[in-house]
Amino acid sequence: MSDSASAEASAGRHHAALQHQFDTMEQQQESATLGMWVFLVTEVMFFGGLFMAYLLYRVWYPAAWADGSRELDILLGGVNTVVLIGSSLTMALAVRAAQTGFPRATVNWLLATMALGGVFLVIKVFEYAHKVELNHVPGPNFVFEGPHARQVEIFLSLYFAMTGLHALHMVIGFGLLSVIAWMAYKRKFSPEWYAPVEMSGLYWHFVDIVWIFLFPLLYLVDRAH
Amino acid sequence: MSGHVSPKTVSYTIFASLMVLTGITVAVAFINLGPLNFPVALSIAIVKATLVILFFMHVKYSSRLTKLVVATGFFFLLILFTLTMTDYLSRGWLTYPVGAGAPPAATQAH
Amino acid sequence: MTTPLLPREHYLNIRYGIASWLLTKDHKRIALLYLIGITVFFVLGGAFAVLIRLELATPAGDMVSADTYNKLFTMHGVVMVFFFLIPSIPAVLGNFLVPMMIGARDLAFPKLNLISWYIYMLGGIFTLWAVVVGGVDTGWTFYTPYSTAASNTNVVATGLGVFITGFSSILTGLNFIVTIHRMRAPGLTWFRLPLFIWAHYATSLIQVLGTPVIAITVLLLALERTFRIGIFDPALGGDPVLFQHLFWFYSHPAVYIMILPSMGVVSEVVACFSRKTVFGYSFVAFSSLAIAVFGFLVWAHHMFVAGMSVYAAMVFSFLSFAVAIPSAVKVFNWTATLYKGAIWWQAPLLFVFGFIGLFTIGGMTGLFLAALGLDVHVHDTYFVVAHFHYIMVGGAIMGYMAGLHFWWPKMFGRMYPEGWAKFAALVVFVGFNLTFFPQFVVGYLGMPRRYHVYPEEFQVLNVMSSAGASILGVGYLIPMVYFIWSLRYGKVAGPNPWGATGLEWTTQSPPLTENFTVTPVVNEGAYEYSKRETRVV
Repeated sequence: MSDSASAEASAGRHHAALQHQFDTMEQQQESATLGMWVFLVTEVMFFGGLFMAYLLYRVWYPAAWADGSRELDILLGGVNTVVLIGSSLTMALAVRAAQTGFPRATVNWLLATMALGGVFLVIKVFEYAHKVELNHVPGPNFVFEGPHARQVEIFLSLYFAMTGLHALHMVIGFGLLSVIAWMAYKRKFSPEWYAPVEMSGLYWHFVDIVWIFLFPLLYLVDRAH
Repeated sequence: MSGHVSPKTVSYTIFASLMVLTGITVAVAFINLGPLNFPVALSIAIVKATLVILFFMHVKYSSRLTKLVVATGFFFLLILFTLTMTDYLSRGWLTYPVGAGAPPAATQAH
Repeated sequence: MTTPLLPREHYLNIRYGIASWLLTKDHKRIALLYLIGITVFFVLGGAFAVLIRLELATPAGDMVSADTYNKLFTMHGVVMVFFFLIPSIPAVLGNFLVPMMIGARDLAFPKLNLISWYIYMLGGIFTLWAVVVGGVDTGWTFYTPYSTAASNTNVVATGLGVFITGFSSILTGLNFIVTIHRMRAPGLTWFRLPLFIWAHYATSLIQVLGTPVIAITVLLLALERTFRIGIFDPALGGDPVLFQHLFWFYSHPAVYIMILPSMGVVSEVVACFSRKTVFGYSFVAFSSLAIAVFGFLVWAHHMFVAGMSVYAAMVFSFLSFAVAIPSAVKVFNWTATLYKGAIWWQAPLLFVFGFIGLFTIGGMTGLFLAALGLDVHVHDTYFVVAHFHYIMVGGAIMGYMAGLHFWWPKMFGRMYPEGWAKFAALVVFVGFNLTFFPQFVVGYLGMPRRYHVYPEEFQVLNVMSSAGASILGVGYLIPMVYFIWSLRYGKVAGPNPWGATGLEWTTQSPPLTENFTVTPVVNEGAYEYSKRETRVV
């Protein structure tokens, strides 16, 4: 084994962050990444149940789906889409910064991601508040003028369940990123060990992907009339 | 520590593509394509998601195992959708002659 | 041969005190924490079963009211399925053995492992609380719209308990998948892995892919019940069958979570006690994966009479026949392994014999149920109840008992009393068959399940079943007593009392906290019994 390779190997074996069950940092990093991917698969199936319910009732109640979708604000939804995809960009750049050993850039890109995420959540709060105002929240106070009120209620139930679960994931992501940003600020990451940043990135992109589907499925149903 | 480093230009290009596709999705939503609106919107979303997965999440440069894990997740999601829909889409196929003892005709949309 | 001594230092005595257990990251200690938890829930679920069988000893509803009876079978099911069977082998034997069998010092994520136990206990506490404040009467299947609109029992609380515990299952599966992929010892290629590992890998796939769906389903159930949103309520435009689709999408693969680890145990025990490599190793390995995948394609066979499309039912019926094939492959391979083996009649093997016979009966009756015409006749009768108890009790629990006995000396350094164990195996086998075989008959004759009263003509068979249940109960109590006895008075086992292959048997008993002082290097297959002396004792 050449000198640099053995130096790298022993650095992998004696890194401060190496956990006792792993032999090298590479093994630890690969395990962390695989673990996050497996977790994301569970998230796909978790949201999947809601998408299944959505699929069935869209097929059953196309008119109610159109009516319900028209109650949602395309502009706000569209802005949120741009904001969230933008946050995915900043997140990817944050991971890259950690990977290439730029801690300050890492922190800054992470903060940018959080800021954009915050904008998303604020807009969502406005949207929800508006719905409350109109009594469009499913449940005992639900009121809807139109021929398919009960079915529109199902649409809106799925709207709240899906965007609500999504927003919950964003809030968790926000918390996660603040921890990671703090660790980056404390110079915990380097090209040898940046797995937490990478894992947070994977999580954040996943949340973005869910919204990429939610936006057209909820906001853009039958808008051509 | 190995791991593919994306050039920044790739990230910016993907972002731009995602913006363009978002614009297309919204624009197409206002064009009446009848029953095709849904599949078109879904297809665009799938393309966007694929770009995020391959490039932002680095799956294009990841191990075979990672690609398998991603594929497996979507495969089983599709199983959930398609096998469940075999029930709903074929419920109306069996029709009974109307008469004593026959169950009422199945209705789907209300 | 000299009598072995207990090693001076091992994972049990390295540190004392409750904090060293509640804050442990050692997979072996976490396995024992789970052992305590699942045993408590097994006793609770068993208590409900006792009450059910007491009521059913007479045709009249003379012991409890109909409502109370509904709660009894519901809580029996919820506790046994979610808090005993699903965790059992993976959380106890899997947690203990997976790292050891692959030559690792621990699982990939030890802290996550501990968190998963706390999540399990939290979910259990929620469910216990629901039981204490009045129980739930919807059936463990929580079918809508009864559970959402009509039942006035603690549906949400129980659902929350199930929801929370589901995450424990997901995390265990995630941990195993990453561990098996990334932490195998040098030379330990996939096809040198013990079949126990293959079985747990397949189980973990199911846990990771399926459990999230029931999680979201329970969430929707809670929302529907709380806000009456209409998603499962036909009066409001919803479809109750959608709930069933979502529920069974997980709950069918869940039964494979319950049986696959047990099958993994059977492979290990069969090889050791016939001193032969498992016949058709790769077929058995692939069959585990096949069961996991196929298991996701058959769920609607629980819904044939629920109002689903007949054409879809035919598809699911055909797929349900197909899923039996990999299980049959295993049974044939185990039999071929035993054939012309040097059979060593020890308690683990006795439990495994019980497994093979009873699982075969349970599996074959599953095929009866997969046949549409027959299912219309026996759905919701005791035929179904007998079928799944043959699989889950005659199959899964027998395998769990076999595994507990086989690895007890490794876990605690002491042997259980072999004579008593053989006796317990016999009592369990007799008690089990007396309890559940009459249920096939009485179900086929038309006795419906989930009723606390039944027609007079079924009483004889029901009395037989209740008598059997008491014998079965005794059969489970006996090991509880001698296992605890053995902790202090059992013969010291030494590193490998069975002369078994497997990396776990190369360590001291009980093992050190870090399992291996030097990472082993593997250069042979999993069951090289031909290279060993015939047997050790």
